[in-house]
Amino acid sequence: MTTVIPEKTSGVLQAEAEPAGALRTLLRGARMVPEFRAGIGVTLLLALLATGGRVVVPIAVQQTIDRGLLADGGPDVGLVRTTVALCLAAIVLTAMSAYAMNVRLFRTTENALASLRVRAFRHVHDLSMLHQQSERRGSLVSRVTSDVDQLSMFMQWGGILGVVSLFQLVLASVLMAVYSWPLTLLVYLCFVPMVLSMRFFQRRLASTYGQVRERVGDMLGAISESVVGAQTVRAYGISGRTARRIDGAIDRHYRTAVRAQKQSALFFGTGELVAALANAAVIVVGVLLGLAGGLSPGTLVAFLFLVTLFIGPVQIATEVLNEAQNALASFRRVLAVLDTEPDVADPGQDGRSLPAGPLGVRFDHVHFAYPGGPEVLTDVDLSIAPRRRVAVVGETGSGKTTFAKLLTRLMDPTGGRVLLGGVPLDQVRFDSLRERVVMVPQDGFLFDTTIADNVRYGRPSVSDGEVEAAFDALELTDWVAGMPRGIHTAVGERGESLSVGERQLVAVARAYVADPDLLVLDEATSAVDPATEVRLTRALDSLTRGRTTLTIAHRLATAEAADEVIVVDAGRVVQRGSHRDLVGVPGPYARLHASWASQQRR
Amino acid sequence: MSRPSSLRDPVLRRGIRLLGRAISEQRGIFSLALAASALFGGMTVANAFVLGEITGRVVFPALERGDVTTGALVGAALAILAVAGLKIIGILGRRIGAGIMQYRLQAAYRRKVSRQYLRLPMSWHHAHPTGQLLSNANSDVESAWYPIAPLPFACGAAFMLVITGAALVAIDPVLALIGVVVFPAVFAVNFFYSRVMAPKVSRAQQLRAEVSGIAHESFDGALVVKTLGREQAETDRFGARATELRDSLIAVGRVRGTFDPMMEALPALGTLAVLLIGSTRVQAGAMSAGELVSVAYLFTVLALPIRAIGWVLGDLPRAVAGWDRVHAVLSATGEQRHGDGRLATGSGPARLGTQQMTYAYDDADRPALTDITLDVAPGRTIAVVGPTGSGKSTLVNLLVRLVDPTSGQVLLDGIDVAGLREGELAGAASVVAQATFLFDDTVRNNVALGDEHDPVYDDAEVWRALGLAQADRFVRALPQGLDTRIGERGNSLSGGQRQRLALARALVRQPRLLLLDDATSSVDPTVEAAILGGLRDADLAATVLVVAYRRATIMLADEIVYVEHGRILSRGTHEELILAAPGYARLVRAYADAAAERARDAEDEDEEGAA
Repeated sequence: MTTVIPEKTSGVLQAEAEPAGALRTLLRGARMVPEFRAGIGVTLLLALLATGGRVVVPIAVQQTIDRGLLADGGPDVGLVRTTVALCLAAIVLTAMSAYAMNVRLFRTTENALASLRVRAFRHVHDLSMLHQQSERRGSLVSRVTSDVDQLSMFMQWGGILGVVSLFQLVLASVLMAVYSWPLTLLVYLCFVPMVLSMRFFQRRLASTYGQVRERVGDMLGAISESVVGAQTVRAYGISGRTARRIDGAIDRHYRTAVRAQKQSALFFGTGELVAALANAAVIVVGVLLGLAGGLSPGTLVAFLFLVTLFIGPVQIATEVLNEAQNALASFRRVLAVLDTEPDVADPGQDGRSLPAGPLGVRFDHVHFAYPGGPEVLTDVDLSIAPRRRVAVVGETGSGKTTFAKLLTRLMDPTGGRVLLGGVPLDQVRFDSLRERVVMVPQDGFLFDTTIADNVRYGRPSVSDGEVEAAFDALELTDWVAGMPRGIHTAVGERGESLSVGERQLVAVARAYVADPDLLVLDEATSAVDPATEVRLTRALDSLTRGRTTLTIAHRLATAEAADEVIVVDAGRVVQRGSHRDLVGVPGPYARLHASWASQQRR
Repeated sequence: MSRPSSLRDPVLRRGIRLLGRAISEQRGIFSLALAASALFGGMTVANAFVLGEITGRVVFPALERGDVTTGALVGAALAILAVAGLKIIGILGRRIGAGIMQYRLQAAYRRKVSRQYLRLPMSWHHAHPTGQLLSNANSDVESAWYPIAPLPFACGAAFMLVITGAALVAIDPVLALIGVVVFPAVFAVNFFYSRVMAPKVSRAQQLRAEVSGIAHESFDGALVVKTLGREQAETDRFGARATELRDSLIAVGRVRGTFDPMMEALPALGTLAVLLIGSTRVQAGAMSAGELVSVAYLFTVLALPIRAIGWVLGDLPRAVAGWDRVHAVLSATGEQRHGDGRLATGSGPARLGTQQMTYAYDDADRPALTDITLDVAPGRTIAVVGPTGSGKSTLVNLLVRLVDPTSGQVLLDGIDVAGLREGELAGAASVVAQATFLFDDTVRNNVALGDEHDPVYDDAEVWRALGLAQADRFVRALPQGLDTRIGERGNSLSGGQRQRLALARALVRQPRLLLLDDATSSVDPTVEAAILGGLRDADLAATVLVVAYRRATIMLADEIVYVEHGRILSRGTHEELILAAPGYARLVRAYADAAAERARDAEDEDEEGAA
């Protein structure tokens, strides 16, 4: 009964398609998550102070040599002592600034990211079912996990390093220029080829690291076959094939990772070469300049120290740029989630509550089509009186499941309106809607906890006694008694320790405990044995008497038991009436029923 | 310093043993990386001395005297470049060697771990959550070999320290004393840094995994969350864990904020001390100004390699933790034993039997199946019927040896399947499970279970199987037909379509025993009828066992076995069971009974109305 939804229906969450400018993304991010901006000025000032610590040593060396050791009239130890004392104070001060900066930065960014993460999570749940399904579920998960993690790591490691490196480059340049502008130019000249080649290296490294990440994904996918598909692998004796696939993926990851390692090693080697060139040039030109009288020996030596201050930041800047691109892409993806308007929106405070008492249903000339698809429901116009038990039947793809989704406002009609208790559905507040209207979907998803906790999922205040009572009322006492630990039996991930039919039993109990006024069952008992199903529906009928129920089923027993049957064919309601009225009249229902009955009787 | 106490530390000892294992497994590449690293270390020290010598012998005299020879300048430049050249060779060798070593170890252990996943029994898989097994193969293997990357660097650094120490003593024993204080201090601070950091980082890692687990589950169950209006409760659940993660990351930041500035300040302080004490030594004539420059330079460049030693040691706890988890998988036992028995060759249907088979799940107080004895003649079709939760799927799993019985045996052609050689049972029997698993692969490979190198079945055979499973029409309509890739867990297909692909997978193998575990539950009744009709007409030379509720499916069987609470209550034809097994009668007649009852009620009402 699953309708196949065209993949990538809306294209909304596809942020990668058009990368907005880096600056625009950052500004938009800062606007959407104001926590990022908290105290940023002070933090940057502290970063500047902290970086100052790095040029202290070259200054000390220069002062010691020129004014201490090579002072006119022999070494002046007193001056060296003063210099060292001042530098010591500077280092202590800058170290303290570095501490303060680190702590502030971590606190601010992590606060902001936690808030971003939680908001994105909530937003995913607020998106309509259509949006949720148009994405691979794993990719939605990565928006609130790895994408945010990537941002967090970048801000803490790359971000700090980047800022400090930049300041370091600036400070070192200023100091060098003060000492000697011709030598400064020389050093810059040596670094020009490195900066140029950096772009090249960076692009290659970025693409290789991108490949490494892809290979990790492939590898995990292959390995997961041996875990998730363990049963299939064993039943078909294909562990050899699975092992080959895994080995292939592991090998491909290995080769790509080693290639990345080689490229980055080469890159670091280049840095060393440039530093050596700069050192050699500084010495040769420095001596010549010194001979011309423009440079002191201490300054020359200080330059050698300053050159080492130069390589680091240039190399780091490359890595940081690389990470920054990934972080930006992640940021964009997370923001894209927040940017997606939920097309089925909660009217919230402005909305209305559903009227008290049993609810009637009205479909007012309703049309529905999936985005870009043909109409699935066409001009459905009908009313269902309160307290009625209605069955919707039809062949696969006839559109009957769409009824359930429109009625519970998982989707909005593309034309016409749906009204509950006389209130248009899009005006009903979600808290009122979800409290009064509950749907049990076919797949009976369970959370990884006990049966009891799953049953009270909709109403956490329900006690163990009440859970037991619910199973008793649904005539499932026997089944519960057969479970290893009764209602305290753990159901496993996605409920997979239970059989499909058992999961459906728990899902029905969960809906029953939620105590809705309108209950929608979408193939909710399709995998349950007939005797249990009949018992369960009968119990449910007597328990929900006074409520409206709408059941979608391909087992026509449900239709036989309903007050009324709605027959859907190719998106239109073609017949309506009680089973007794319809089964005798030639038409789609009689045909469906005959086919079903022949399966039951043969 | 902390040497004696840390050697008694079992984690450190085990960590060092782990490094030993890595080195002995990758001896060749490690030696290479080590040699390169030593070259790098030597050249780093040499570089400082070359610069010092140049300053002392070329720069200072030249500027003092006011002239210099071209030869001296060229020589100085060449010396710097020569040292740099050797140093670069060292860097390349060390980084590439260390990378190869680390990735080789990762690949080797990932292979070993995944082999275990393939080998260990289903009961082991059931006891271990998917997420945990995936992280064993991924992040745990990664952490176990994490310290390998800086290991050659650290060993090279140790070598470098020895040379430096010797050189310092040679230059000036008093200055050497500063080294004795500063270098161990750098090492100690870094060691404690990593030690304090490692548990905080792994706590953050753990919380990341938990945050991700909640997101996975919550989005998987998005429909339930939505229909029960639990979005806020889910957000609170997620938010609570996200807040914990945030706090743990801020704690990481605080540690880093404390240690990072210290690590930077220490070598700077060392250099200042060298300047202070060195200048008095120069004044006293104990050393030259050039030597002072060398020593000061050494202090700035040596800090990083020393930190590498700290990285390795500091990461050991995390590595040991990762290794423990990997080792737990590698040392898990309980794999199914296979014999060397073979089934008689031939393609006829198989005889299926069980002998007093009992099976209990590990944590259950009573068996899921008790004393099951069956005998199905070749070519017969048998239906297993019973209420939800009566043990039917467990029975199917036992028949194809997904689990082994607690007692009793399964017989194929009269041979205990536990004694068959590996692959023999799978070659004869095909099962279609209730829940369908599809590979992230093409339709063709999902049906044939082959790959590019080993197609196993040709396209004609695949199409024939798809036809029998009533899947040919929708496969033909897919964008690339047989070559269409089926996405993440087959998500782009409907439940019924997935079941039909799984059925085709079983049929293409022309099994001698076919087991269908409610395998058409998501398929429309009309389509199911076509499938069953097709199977009957296809002269399938197989013994068939179906688990079913639908009467039409049950009626296809020559014989029916009725199961309740894990026991066979009755077996026979439909007619026999209707009389002999009240539970069976209730089950198959449920709909008819309900309809009849309703009809009676309606008549009563009508009569009442008439009266």
